[in-house]
Amino acid sequence: MLALEEHKHHTEHKPIERLPVPVKVYLPLSQHLGKPCLSLVKVGEIVREGQKIADAQAHVSSPIHSSINGVVCAIQDWPHPVLGRSKAIVIEHKRDGEGAKVIEARSQEEVNLLTVEAIRQIVSEAGIVGMGGASFPTFIKLTPPKPVDTLIINGAECEPYLTADYRLMIEKTKEVMQGIDLAKKCLGVTQVVIAIEDNKPEAIRIFRELIGDSGYGVRVLKSSYPQGGEKQLVKNLLGKEVPSGKLPFAVGVVVHNVATICAIYEAVYCRKPLYERVVTVTGSCITEPKNLLVPLGTPLKALLEYCGPFSSEPAKVITGGPMMGIAQYSLDAPVIKSTNGIICFSEDQVRTSEAATCIRCGRCVEQCPVGLMPCLINLASSKEKWDLSKTYGAMECMECGLCNYTCPQKINLVQNIKQAKERCKK
Amino acid sequence: MPDKLIVSTSPHILGCDLTPKVMWSVIGALIPAAIASVIIFGMPSVKIMAVAVFTCVACEALIQKLTGRAVTIHDGSAALTGLLLAFNLSSNVPFWIPLVGGIFAIALVKHAFGGLGANVFNPALAARAFLLASWPTHMTAFTRPFAADAVTSATPLMMFKEGKVGTLVEMGISYWDLFLGRRGGCLGEVCIIALVCGAAYLLWKRYIWWQTPFSFILTTGSLCWIFGARGYFQGDFLFSILSGGLILGAFFMATDYVTTPLAHTGQVFFGVGCGVLTFLIRKFGGYPEGVSYSILIMNAFVPLIDRYVKPKIYGTAKAVKG
Repeated sequence: MLALEEHKHHTEHKPIERLPVPVKVYLPLSQHLGKPCLSLVKVGEIVREGQKIADAQAHVSSPIHSSINGVVCAIQDWPHPVLGRSKAIVIEHKRDGEGAKVIEARSQEEVNLLTVEAIRQIVSEAGIVGMGGASFPTFIKLTPPKPVDTLIINGAECEPYLTADYRLMIEKTKEVMQGIDLAKKCLGVTQVVIAIEDNKPEAIRIFRELIGDSGYGVRVLKSSYPQGGEKQLVKNLLGKEVPSGKLPFAVGVVVHNVATICAIYEAVYCRKPLYERVVTVTGSCITEPKNLLVPLGTPLKALLEYCGPFSSEPAKVITGGPMMGIAQYSLDAPVIKSTNGIICFSEDQVRTSEAATCIRCGRCVEQCPVGLMPCLINLASSKEKWDLSKTYGAMECMECGLCNYTCPQKINLVQNIKQAKERCKK
Repeated sequence: MPDKLIVSTSPHILGCDLTPKVMWSVIGALIPAAIASVIIFGMPSVKIMAVAVFTCVACEALIQKLTGRAVTIHDGSAALTGLLLAFNLSSNVPFWIPLVGGIFAIALVKHAFGGLGANVFNPALAARAFLLASWPTHMTAFTRPFAADAVTSATPLMMFKEGKVGTLVEMGISYWDLFLGRRGGCLGEVCIIALVCGAAYLLWKRYIWWQTPFSFILTTGSLCWIFGARGYFQGDFLFSILSGGLILGAFFMATDYVTTPLAHTGQVFFGVGCGVLTFLIRKFGGYPEGVSYSILIMNAFVPLIDRYVKPKIYGTAKAVKG
């Protein structure tokens, strides 16, 4: 683990702003881990904000809802921030369409009467998935196959630049607390740990104030990367290791991201499905970095335009954090459920890599949070010895990028290890 | 909006400790010891260092030119090899000794094996071993600094080995002399205080790690103390670590990235191995000094250490055997 340059000061004090409704949204049928959805709407159909427009086809899947009022104008192939391209439902905004149905919120009494099964059903129907990046359907993580004892709320946000979770923790602390109550009820856990890195003092203070006698604990973590990795959290907070290839369920633990918890609150209390999220727009090319509340499906272009003219032409635009995020080839790609940030890098910030040889300095070995020897996997991979890379533990790699970051020779370790993983799967 | 975007795999940011910076920092950390050697041994020291560094850099450039590869002398690794080679020579050697040594180090030990990152043995030390075997008289004639008559004299370890003297007092020097470098020996090894300052800087910058040097020094010192010449637990711990090339070797040669183990646990094994071998050579071998040979021998064990001493992989019972 390593303390990285944070770059969070650009946006950490900027309150969440609502992005004006875009002209069109592009909602990919796959925004989660698991099977893509099946469209429920036809071209020309009028849809309302929050209406379910695509439904899950399998257990590990999650429905999709319209993020604006408008008309379905196409169902077509479109750039996807993670998958490259995928089928998306295109909805054109109609101002004079029927307004959002006024939905009555559930009162605390009503919520108290909900059974565990009913809450899970609501979460599943609301299309909630893990919003920290992995996009695993949340209702599954509220349905432990065997009893669990600890719920970890992940507010570490260890990726540099990103502040979406931080702002949410400050501005929606009460909502998060109520969301935690719901998750706790579903899981039947005795212990709740809210994990926050020490570079978020405001969030730590507010949570400590609100906790009162709820029995929840705030654990302050040293700000270092990849502190917020699910398996790293389990180890650092509880001293347990999640067995290779297993979920944290295996050691009686469930980890939920704060944004996900907030979405659970909104689904249960406000009857609001997951169709908008907070996105940090930042990077050296952005004149006015912001934290934006954005309807899902909004093209990245619209967010960048809203943050003012570029101070310099971006050469690379990534969604997610700089360590694990994905470089985009098109700014038409939309914000999806897992998009927590957009970062624009100028030409001089883009790393160039030459074909360098390993000098065996051992930094990657020292830093690897999983305990791998990345340089050896890289060596095996470069010689196309896939079996050997597997014996070196390539499949255990979480792709945090720390080996690549510390490499003094700028070797593309992650790329080569990813390749080895793909080959080993075959 | 930009019409062209660069696409690559993550991560999208990189650290700033690149190889040239690390190599030049190590050279920087050796500067105090280099200055000390000039003060102690005078101009011959400048001549030897200049010839060694120039030979290594020129040799690397020439080989890379001839083989049609990119010339990488700016990364500082050849210059570092040259400086370390000079540090391992006596101030009395003729100018062609560092010349031949530099060519041997770069051409045979480094580039014949594939260049930076691929060599098995430490180039500077292998060159020293080659020179010692070829021209032993040149390589073992040392000057005692600051003496009225600048005659060649034995190093403290040589005197100790020959059994003529048993204590520092009998040699006529103090620990303080050893610390400052007022004794016969190789250019770079004598001034302990300068070496320790440079090493502290590298440790602080995390360009080297404590595992190898500390295990190396502690093992050598402890064994020399336990199996002292005058009986068990009667040896001189401080003398054994200050009097030879141990400090130079442990901090600057046994920490060479290319020729030492990758993992910190492996580095401890490496350091202990070096320490044991140094002790054995000093105690039972034909040479008074064993640091360079012990490092070279342990260099050969690095692939084995890397194979069997691996970090534990998260979520698995133990490290995967490779």
